[in-house]
Amino acid sequence: MAYVAIADRDHEHHLHDPQTFITKYIWSQDHKVIAIQYGITAISVGVLAMILSAMMRLQLAFPDVFSFITPNNYYQFVTMHGMIMVIYLLTALFLGGFGNFLIPLMCGARDMVFPYVNMLSFWVYLLSVIILMASFFVPGGPTGAGWTLYPPQSILPGTPGTDWGILFMLISLAVFIVAFTMGGLNYVTTVLQARCRGMTLMRMPLSVWGIFVATILGLLAFPALLVSAVMMILDKTIGTSFFIPAVLSMGESLDHLGGSPILFQHLFWFFGHPEVYIVALPAFGIISDLISTHARKNIFGYRMMVWAIVAIGALSFVVWAHHMYVSGMNPYFGFFFATTTLIIAIPTAIKVYNWVLTLWQGNIRFTVPMMFAIGFIFTFTHGGLTGLFLGNVTVDLPLSDTYFVVGHFHMVMGVSPVLAVFGAIYHWFPKISGRMFNETLGKWHFWLTFLGTYSIYLPMHYLGILGVPRRYYANGITDFIPESAQTMNVGITIAALLVAVVQIIFFVNIIWSLRNGKKADSNPWGATTLEWQTPDTPPKHGNWGPELPVVYRWAYDYSVPGQSLDFIPQTEPHHGHDSVDDEDKDKK
Amino acid sequence: MSQETNATALPVGVTGVVTDWSGDKQAFHVPWGKAMMWIFLLSDTFIFTSFLTGYMHVRTSTTVPWPNPSEVFALTIAGHHIPLILIAIMTFILITSSGTMALAVNYGYRRDRKKTMLLMLATAAFGAMFVSMQAFEWTKLIVDEGVRPWGNPMGAAQFGACFFMITGFHGLHVSIGVIYLSIVAFKVYRGDYESRGYEIVEIVGLYWHFVDLVWVFIFALFYLW
Ligand code: HEM
Ligand SMILES: [Cu+2]
Repeated sequence: MAYVAIADRDHEHHLHDPQTFITKYIWSQDHKVIAIQYGITAISVGVLAMILSAMMRLQLAFPDVFSFITPNNYYQFVTMHGMIMVIYLLTALFLGGFGNFLIPLMCGARDMVFPYVNMLSFWVYLLSVIILMASFFVPGGPTGAGWTLYPPQSILPGTPGTDWGILFMLISLAVFIVAFTMGGLNYVTTVLQARCRGMTLMRMPLSVWGIFVATILGLLAFPALLVSAVMMILDKTIGTSFFIPAVLSMGESLDHLGGSPILFQHLFWFFGHPEVYIVALPAFGIISDLISTHARKNIFGYRMMVWAIVAIGALSFVVWAHHMYVSGMNPYFGFFFATTTLIIAIPTAIKVYNWVLTLWQGNIRFTVPMMFAIGFIFTFTHGGLTGLFLGNVTVDLPLSDTYFVVGHFHMVMGVSPVLAVFGAIYHWFPKISGRMFNETLGKWHFWLTFLGTYSIYLPMHYLGILGVPRRYYANGITDFIPESAQTMNVGITIAALLVAVVQIIFFVNIIWSLRNGKKADSNPWGATTLEWQTPDTPPKHGNWGPELPVVYRWAYDYSVPGQSLDFIPQTEPHHGHDSVDDEDKDKK
Repeated sequence: MSQETNATALPVGVTGVVTDWSGDKQAFHVPWGKAMMWIFLLSDTFIFTSFLTGYMHVRTSTTVPWPNPSEVFALTIAGHHIPLILIAIMTFILITSSGTMALAVNYGYRRDRKKTMLLMLATAAFGAMFVSMQAFEWTKLIVDEGVRPWGNPMGAAQFGACFFMITGFHGLHVSIGVIYLSIVAFKVYRGDYESRGYEIVEIVGLYWHFVDLVWVFIFALFYLW
């Protein structure tokens, strides 16, 4: 007998319809509600991280004015800002937020494969956030070890928060990883096993591809962080010496002997580098879809785009030590990791070319999501180019730990993913809420954010080349840094404060539009992908009404010649025959 | 119901693999739970790999000599000093439990509820035995030999640290497996899976075999090196 796909078996269909307010909106197993819970939590901590960055900028621009920002506080702000932005905002938002919302809708599933586990994932994530926030209130405050948490300094006296802060941080990370694993297993299994009829992997929208590969990276990279967290907790609490060599601390030699700080660096960056792609790949996917939809043109080189995502994902596991060129490792290692790092630039560049080629001769509509997408191409290319500098050992050595690095990684993994997040929120807002947002406010938000962030980070590259070190509370009297650097610092701070303030426009727009926005019809952008073909907007529990959708074509049939509309939804059969197995266009 | 997913002759070789993977609806023709277990185990493999490479790293980089495992883990039985004897027995028990587990899966698919349940309980019992022997080993090391996570009389402090951390983490896996096995065995016996089928037994089995396999690596890298 032929194999019957699981999704078609009767019992799997049966989803409990939530009854009460609590099961519907709070203790909910619906992927769309979980997505919004993840989104709101992540954005809330993100706002906190942004406030912390504003305080750091104030200190850097006006070193003697703010007495409440002590050197210790500054380190704590740096650390919490970096960690929250990378893990608790971007990872959680892209995978827990967009992953949850988009995967079932774009793949034509009714929900994630294990909704209960999915729900637990959110609550455990919330727990990890609460533990992280609690670290602000413990004696000694949160850890100030830098988001990289390098031992021995992170657990020895001298660094702020070595009593409790670091423990809370490590425990919170471990809890976060548990939450991520529960969610991540769901996302991967749903993509692999629960697509609707006709939705082959090579017909999936690139957003799903990006989120899918990023989740796999997470499942394989977070273990290294978990293990290093466990080892560090043991070093801190019961006095093992995994990471602590013989050390003199505060004039006394410690009980530790023979540990290896470099081991931590390897474990951390074995996680840390793929982490960069965990936030970049979903952004890549989303940007591809936004560009194609709003340029009314099929994505250029769909297959190449998919393979590039997969190749970047695989390569991202063999480049980690480019973060450790100054750790004194064997020069042959440096050579190896520089080579792999430069190789990874190839698929990345292919993606950028393909976005630009998609725009070329497209029927570009300058909607708000499109603006953010084009902004992303700029910031990402920019950050990618400075990455080439830092990937080469000899160029990196003088630039390492300067503001050049800060400028680089904010361009590539700070601003770019955030622009993708905003673009995505504007793009899917009509589907999520059933209302349109205000275009004018959206455009203001875009221009102020885009130009503002550029004026924060572009000057940082100059500061870096001047040699201004990163993670410094104040530069003091330093001969090699000219005084004009301080003027630049003031300028950067003004831009940073401006960027922070204009985010209010975004929140006002969202909140205002939720109540007063124009009612959105089910497919306001004229998009082909499945989430725009749902019977209800916003989609109801179970997404598709009585019948699952059937897919006949790839996700990018825009402006097909000889058609009355400039898009053909994926659910539209080919003319004359309606076999699901039709060759689709991309295969020709 | 769709029947055509797999109805036509399938291409073989590399094309076959690609077609399978990019095929309609499902990349693997297995239940959701099983696919999820595989992916989880892949992730868990990375956890154990990180633990073990971390251990190998500290073992090679520490400046103090490493205690000799075949002496530390020796038992004196009836006047004979036998190196690694306890570990040998533990390994044997765990591998036997993989055998009973495989049989349980087989009887599960034959829908022989009673035998499945019994074999799963036997597997769980072997697992519990393994954990108890591990507890014995820990006690012996801590009480008799003075090994602590932060130091020991025989050599490098990292010896105890790695040992307790890695075997502890593995023992935790075995203990969770014992509980998981017992619950599923009970549900099998109660007939909970009559309509859904007995794939769940195989899923538990995957986990169990994985835990056994990991033990082989711990055994080789920690005790034999
Ligand atoms: C409003 C926008 C932002 C501003 C003004 C800002 C500003 C800063 C500042 C001043 C530092 C400390 C530099 C130092 O003293 O070395 C920093 C560090 C950092 N930021 Fe941001 N940032 C912003 C957004 C982001 C985003 C979106 C991310 C997400 C990836 C991010 C990730 C980081 C990381 C990882 C660090 C390094 C922390 C460390 O050195 O331990 N930032 N940021
Ligand atoms: Cu990197």
